[in-house]
Amino acid sequence: MSNYEPILLARIGKPESYKLEGYRADGGYEAFLKALKNSKPNEVVDTIKNSGLRGRGGAGFPTGLKWTFLPKDHPGPIYLCVNADESEPCTFNNRILMELDPHQVLEGVMLACYAIKSSRAYYYIRYEYGLSYRRLQAAIDELYAAGLLGQNIQGSGFNLDIYLHRGAGAYVCGEETGLIESLEGKRAWPRIKPPFPAIEGAFRKPTIVNNVETLACVTQIMRRGIDWFKSIGVAPDPKNPRDAGSYGPKLYCVSGHVNNPGCWELPLGVTSNELIRLAGGVWKGRKVKAVVPGGLSMGFLTANELEVPLDFNGPGKVGCLGLGTAAITVIDDQTSMIDVLHNTCQFYAHESCGQCTPCREGTGWMLKITDRLRKGQGRKEDLDILVEVADRIGIMPGSTICGLADGAGWPVKNAIRKFRQEFEDAIKTGRRSHLRPLAMAH
Amino acid sequence: MSILSNELREKIQAYIPRYPNKQAVTLPALHLVQDALRCVPNEAVREIAQMLDLAPSEVYDTMTFYGFFREDHNKLGKNRLWVCRSLACNLRGADDLLGHFCDKLHVAPGETTKDGKITLEFAECIGACEGAPCVLINDEHELNITNEKADQLIARLQKA
Repeated sequence: MSNYEPILLARIGKPESYKLEGYRADGGYEAFLKALKNSKPNEVVDTIKNSGLRGRGGAGFPTGLKWTFLPKDHPGPIYLCVNADESEPCTFNNRILMELDPHQVLEGVMLACYAIKSSRAYYYIRYEYGLSYRRLQAAIDELYAAGLLGQNIQGSGFNLDIYLHRGAGAYVCGEETGLIESLEGKRAWPRIKPPFPAIEGAFRKPTIVNNVETLACVTQIMRRGIDWFKSIGVAPDPKNPRDAGSYGPKLYCVSGHVNNPGCWELPLGVTSNELIRLAGGVWKGRKVKAVVPGGLSMGFLTANELEVPLDFNGPGKVGCLGLGTAAITVIDDQTSMIDVLHNTCQFYAHESCGQCTPCREGTGWMLKITDRLRKGQGRKEDLDILVEVADRIGIMPGSTICGLADGAGWPVKNAIRKFRQEFEDAIKTGRRSHLRPLAMAH
Repeated sequence: MSILSNELREKIQAYIPRYPNKQAVTLPALHLVQDALRCVPNEAVREIAQMLDLAPSEVYDTMTFYGFFREDHNKLGKNRLWVCRSLACNLRGADDLLGHFCDKLHVAPGETTKDGKITLEFAECIGACEGAPCVLINDEHELNITNEKADQLIARLQKA
């Protein structure tokens, strides 16, 4: 992997990499203008479909296939919603793209809109990303001034407006129907599906929701072709008919107990060990105790599982929820897994939207129990209760509307299954974590 | 007399053509009002609702879903300082950092300093994990915050 040449991050580090002039000097918007001139929208859809691109937002759903779910010959309007509500703990890859190469993302937005015959994109961006917001708005202004957005773009008859829409600090807005409800000016309460957004989405019209990194990949696929994209990553397992493969580059964020945290672009399928090496190794000369493979909701890898390939299928084979956002968080051997689990439970209890009872109550109870464990007041039966709650609140029995509860349950199940001895010892000895009363406020 | 200035009203109006219905302007309107007034008073909720052809309860319902917006009894200070406490930051000392800010500012998370300059809050992940522990000042990230850097930040915000 050491000789891999970054494509999505190729322009990062150039002076003013976020400006239109430099982007165009590097061939920017040629793919869009070429598609506008030479390709029919369905040809763009086919290209993305045949590339095998899977969404980078966490779920890994095939992007081109999603686009084909739109009703045929719909009179419109059809909307594109860009999901830039990146709020999964430990994940910041979209922020890097938006701050430093917003035009690459916007070209993907424009290509996607052309493909799905949408003349309006709502770019939903989390409020916390102020610099991204300002860079994107400046980039959009540049595009209007250059005649690349607006009515009848370059005489093609294609119209497109892109509007930025700022969120207000709620994780559930990253769920696609939660995002749509929030865009519409309501509580970000996810919708019961079906109907899926492709049939009835924003403002009750057909809508596609795509992630930022996914759209950057769309730009590069349209520029470099399917063969380029498929030459990177992992091909489908021929023995597994449900494996759609893990093609293309991926932005891996590495954080936590490493010497040099950061974001690296590598082919799908690298391992945690390789990423930890790139990030300068574990800090303070310590060893790895656990790794979060892809955002907090995916669960944990143990020190023995660091050679698992980080593609769409790898983490699932060792009991994790999946690859998620491919955000790797390294936890060193001096850290208490009780503290880690308490922190994850705190996050989900805070961010549950409260609409579904199992999630609202379940995340609250998991927080209460982990809080108890942390204070050295754990009971023998607590671990079994935690696992039972985590098992019951997820989407598998169809008891909640969105995936937040499942995401809250996975780290609990994983931590207790993979680190049970540590939890049992703590309960037995009544060991307390380092507690700071002020920071405990929640 | 209206609580929303003409300038604010014009800014809110300018959002209306962007969306197929007026309700979608709720979040932009709440942001504009809170930026200007440091909170969204009840009277502003009523006036936003009027501008967007909604019931005040609809605007209030949306507003209170997002813990981000504040009512007038709980007004923001001049600057909002969010200390991230999510896992990546927590692993690198976010709990202690939040405690340090509390000690130095003499406030608990959610409160505003007596001089009205700084409102301290904890944040769930603010998406700058490469610079953990990190903080957000209004909507700008500051990375790799040590106690010394925290003290410098406080001094800067108190002068601003």
